[in-house]
Amino acid sequence: MIKSLGKWVDDRLPVSHFWNAHLAKYYVPHNFNFWYYFGSLLLIVFVLQIVTGIWLTMSYKPSAENAFASVEYIMRDVEWGWLIRYLHSTGASFFFIAVYLHIFRGMMYGSYKKPRELIWIFGVLILLVLMAEAFMGYLLPWGQMSYWGAQVIISLFTSIPVIGPDLAQWIRGDYVVSDATLNRFFALHVIALPLVLLFLIGGHIMALHEVGSNNPDGVDIKENKDQSGKPVDGIPFHPYYTVKDLFGLGVFMFIFAVVLFYWPDGGGLFLEHPNFTPADPLKTPEHIAPVWYFAPHYAILRAVPDKFLGVVAMTVAILILFVLPWIDRNRTRSIRYRSKAFKVNLFAFAAAFIGLGYLGTQPPTPLGTLSSQLLSAVYFGFFIALFFISRRERTKPVPERLQ
Amino acid sequence: MIRLTFFLFLIGLLVAPNAKGAGSSYPLEDAQVDLGDKASLFRGAQTFMDSCASCHGAKMMRYGRIAEDLGLSDEQLAMLMPTANSKPGDTIQTNMPSDYAFETFGIVPPDLTLVARVRGGDWMYTYLTTFYEDPDATWGVNNAVFKDVGMPHVFAAQQGLLQPVYETRGEGEDAREVLVGLEAPERPGTMSQEAFEQKMRDLTAFMVYMAEPAALLRAHYGPYVLAFLFIFTLVMYLLKKEYWRDIKH
Repeated sequence: MIKSLGKWVDDRLPVSHFWNAHLAKYYVPHNFNFWYYFGSLLLIVFVLQIVTGIWLTMSYKPSAENAFASVEYIMRDVEWGWLIRYLHSTGASFFFIAVYLHIFRGMMYGSYKKPRELIWIFGVLILLVLMAEAFMGYLLPWGQMSYWGAQVIISLFTSIPVIGPDLAQWIRGDYVVSDATLNRFFALHVIALPLVLLFLIGGHIMALHEVGSNNPDGVDIKENKDQSGKPVDGIPFHPYYTVKDLFGLGVFMFIFAVVLFYWPDGGGLFLEHPNFTPADPLKTPEHIAPVWYFAPHYAILRAVPDKFLGVVAMTVAILILFVLPWIDRNRTRSIRYRSKAFKVNLFAFAAAFIGLGYLGTQPPTPLGTLSSQLLSAVYFGFFIALFFISRRERTKPVPERLQ
Repeated sequence: MIRLTFFLFLIGLLVAPNAKGAGSSYPLEDAQVDLGDKASLFRGAQTFMDSCASCHGAKMMRYGRIAEDLGLSDEQLAMLMPTANSKPGDTIQTNMPSDYAFETFGIVPPDLTLVARVRGGDWMYTYLTTFYEDPDATWGVNNAVFKDVGMPHVFAAQQGLLQPVYETRGEGEDAREVLVGLEAPERPGTMSQEAFEQKMRDLTAFMVYMAEPAALLRAHYGPYVLAFLFIFTLVMYLLKKEYWRDIKH
């Protein structure tokens, strides 16, 4: 009965085809390591944000007058509201932790290289939209940092020549961040951008499944197939990686739960302390700091003395990722077979990113600005150095098969 | 190496210092907040209602929630509520009209529901215990962590007036008096120092609780969730091992 119903559906909808194409007969390299957990984890965190977001909107009021109080209402009077809210707010931070590690994985193992350039481009687009999504979501609690953070970031647009001031006003819908801004950010945060993200994630995964996953060796497993056409170094994603990723999910959720239940504001990093004061347009906080995941870009912005050039630098810092597949001219994918120069360059980049992240959360000091300038130079220097290093790089021979 | 970098990255994210209590160099004292001590929280709640709520509201905190979380009897709940007509569903509202408050203090006393989340428990405790005599200030008192505070020393009778110890820092035109410590009052208060400090610890603990009542729920459910996730992860690990037995690795 159930079987014939299943067949009835399958004759009309490609359910089993989809299952086989993307899970049961989708072959992936058998040597995925720690870094390969984050893809599936990100998908789960995305769903978590959507689901908790739906429940938050049931009690949240997107108006300047009621927003702050409605968040506290969720924290106090809504059954399990505190848990839903912390899942969402801490979830945002864990989203970015996973995203940054996922991107770093791609850089280490050359996952952006031919034939995966489009996967990478989809990924950078996802990063961009995710940043917009997080930025707009951060305004919604309508606390002091929400308000003044948005005020500072939107006012950056005013530094654009000619159209700047009008553009900033168009974004806010007012002369300052106000009720109108909150309302439109709510609309974008809960409907527009999640939809865009959904399509981009779909494109990211479809492009990935078209060419197949890279791996820590950077070996193309499709080069070695057996008589039946299966890659000899490949295993079906399901059940092998579904069970493995479930284990990874368990570890991730455990760490997530430790933070959620014992440290939900992350010591002021995941929920900033001043944000427990309602937004006051007449009272500027002493020190306006972005949330940690924007801090590296904020540090780059502050490192440049000229405001407009700072905005340009900050924007380029993200957009430059789009052309990474063409900046890196070496064909060897994995860091395992690349030169010492490449390794030093990559880890300097990662260190600079972390350093900038620290500096971006701190109040500006002369020493801090100098450090930010230095680290910004390392950040951009990575791409320039990579362009030259990769030209005639002495790489180790890449094996035929997975090691 | 790679794994080490990752953990350094995570640790770097987590230990990056926060700006809590910034803007003051006076050292903060450890408030030793223990949200598990319900008796302490109840004493703090009483102090809050007696000494704070006449000027400050806490308009997001319901009396009934306090009673539920602290396991209060109906009599204890009645002791907290301001009038016989108050209902458990009411929130803590101040009786002081805001225009009167503004005339008297030059500022409307802020709502205190969330103040402990903004400042932190240690700051609250230090603030409450470091009012000192300053004849130049409006109310004759100043505060070590909140300079030129607009609030009078509510507990002056109990604590007595602490005496400031100044030191001159800098030379010539840059020279200025800096508060370096506080000494015992000339006329002792009605409470011993230990009793007063305990009272302020209780009050601080209550305010930390009030800023996030869910902290009690977090502490309650946390161990169960972690235990479940630990077992889940363990089972998944064994399942993975079983499935992967036939994969040459």
